[in-house]
Amino acid sequence: MSIPPPANPALLDISDVSKSFGTVEVLRSVSLQVTRGEVVTVIGPSGSGKTTLLRCVNFLESYDSGSIRIDGKEVGFRDTGTRQRRSERDLAKMRAETGMVFQSFNLFPHLTAAGNIMLGLRKVRGKSSTEARAIAEHWLGRVGLAHKADSLPAELSGGQQQRVGIARAVAMEPKILLLDEITSALDPELVGEVLEVVRSLAEDGMTMVMVTHEMAFARDASSRIIFMADGGVSAAGPPAEILGTEIDNERLRSFLARFRASHF
Amino acid sequence: MGYTLNFNLIWRHFEKLWGGLLLSLELAVISIAIGIVIGLLLAVWYVSAGRLVRTAIAAYVEFIRNVPLILLVYLVFYGLPTVVDIAYSAQTSFIATLSLYSGAYLVEVFRSGLEAVPRGQLDAGKAIGLTPWQRLLHVRLPTMLRITLPALSNTFLSLFKDTSVASVISVPELTYGAQWINFNTFRIVEVYLVVTAMYLLTGYALLYALRLVERRFRAAH
Repeated sequence: MSIPPPANPALLDISDVSKSFGTVEVLRSVSLQVTRGEVVTVIGPSGSGKTTLLRCVNFLESYDSGSIRIDGKEVGFRDTGTRQRRSERDLAKMRAETGMVFQSFNLFPHLTAAGNIMLGLRKVRGKSSTEARAIAEHWLGRVGLAHKADSLPAELSGGQQQRVGIARAVAMEPKILLLDEITSALDPELVGEVLEVVRSLAEDGMTMVMVTHEMAFARDASSRIIFMADGGVSAAGPPAEILGTEIDNERLRSFLARFRASHF
Repeated sequence: MGYTLNFNLIWRHFEKLWGGLLLSLELAVISIAIGIVIGLLLAVWYVSAGRLVRTAIAAYVEFIRNVPLILLVYLVFYGLPTVVDIAYSAQTSFIATLSLYSGAYLVEVFRSGLEAVPRGQLDAGKAIGLTPWQRLLHVRLPTMLRITLPALSNTFLSLFKDTSVASVISVPELTYGAQWINFNTFRIVEVYLVVTAMYLLTGYALLYALRLVERRFRAAH
């Protein structure tokens, strides 16, 4: 049986995904569609499953049921529909379609800024060293670090490391970029420079799903906000609606109230 | 004091000591090289394998670590050929023993280094689409090496000193050379003074060289 593709297929299609760690249900039948060019922000109290959801999208975490498709292709399981895990080679190929930026940067400490970006370009994309270097320099320029190409991560500030982290992810030309609380480990004065880079990527039409606690940024930069609570999607909608005062969702209201109390 | 130091007899037989030192170094280098291969392979296997393999590797490590080296040397040189039909020289036998011995210690060094590589770096490797083999080669091993270099230097140095055990099966390395001179000249104080100085200087030189490697490695990475 073949199903005709929908008219406007979602680039990322998360449907009915559930996952438990032991007896704790971290994701309860989460569904989320993201179309090309959208910037979706996921907010919610800690432990609500935001990061886990993001890590399921590139299969850094597996899930118990449901499906996650990028461009119609199941990410972690074989296309046969049997929930048979893909081979490691296939998984690697699928993961190269998404980029991820981490809360703790996770740069490779033995490689320079350019080296960090070049590794995937060379080993996964098969670029020559010269090509990879040119691409790395281009992206380092984009994030304002052209002069730091040969610096080691240890020689860079947190904000600079995170910008290299972003450059490393986007240089691979992923279909979708996953941002996991990328400013949470930064000193307040360094947050702005990182968000500026994200904003410019959004303007370029990069599809993004980000988990963040930067509400002001979420309001300005996202096309949609998802509020997660207890492993499920509790509310979803445009920023004005979700962060507005009219919203009829007790959990969201108390989350935002607590959030405002601690941040403003 | 009725004893006067007389080094003349030592210098007359110095080629025994010099040749012995060179052989000690040769034994150490070959055994450590084989030990590194054993250690790396088993450590990588250990961190990615199931319980059965882990238990087997742990058993090997524990066996070697809990039996004195001298006993292992006797077992391999005298014991093994009496039950199995093989013949080897004392030198080959000692290299085999010290290789197995250093392998066990190096498995431990490499394994703890591999396990100390932060999870986040492996995630980052996965996220850019590296295969498990590429992650091992380009992310995990380089970081592991940085973590383990100081411990490696110590292990290498103590393995170099362990070559002196080869004297018990008459491999003519440095300590054996000392014993030979002692038996033949009765200059026990002089010969052991000289040999101690030779171990000391060589050990220092080795450690200094390894420190240089460490520093260069840190600067280059």
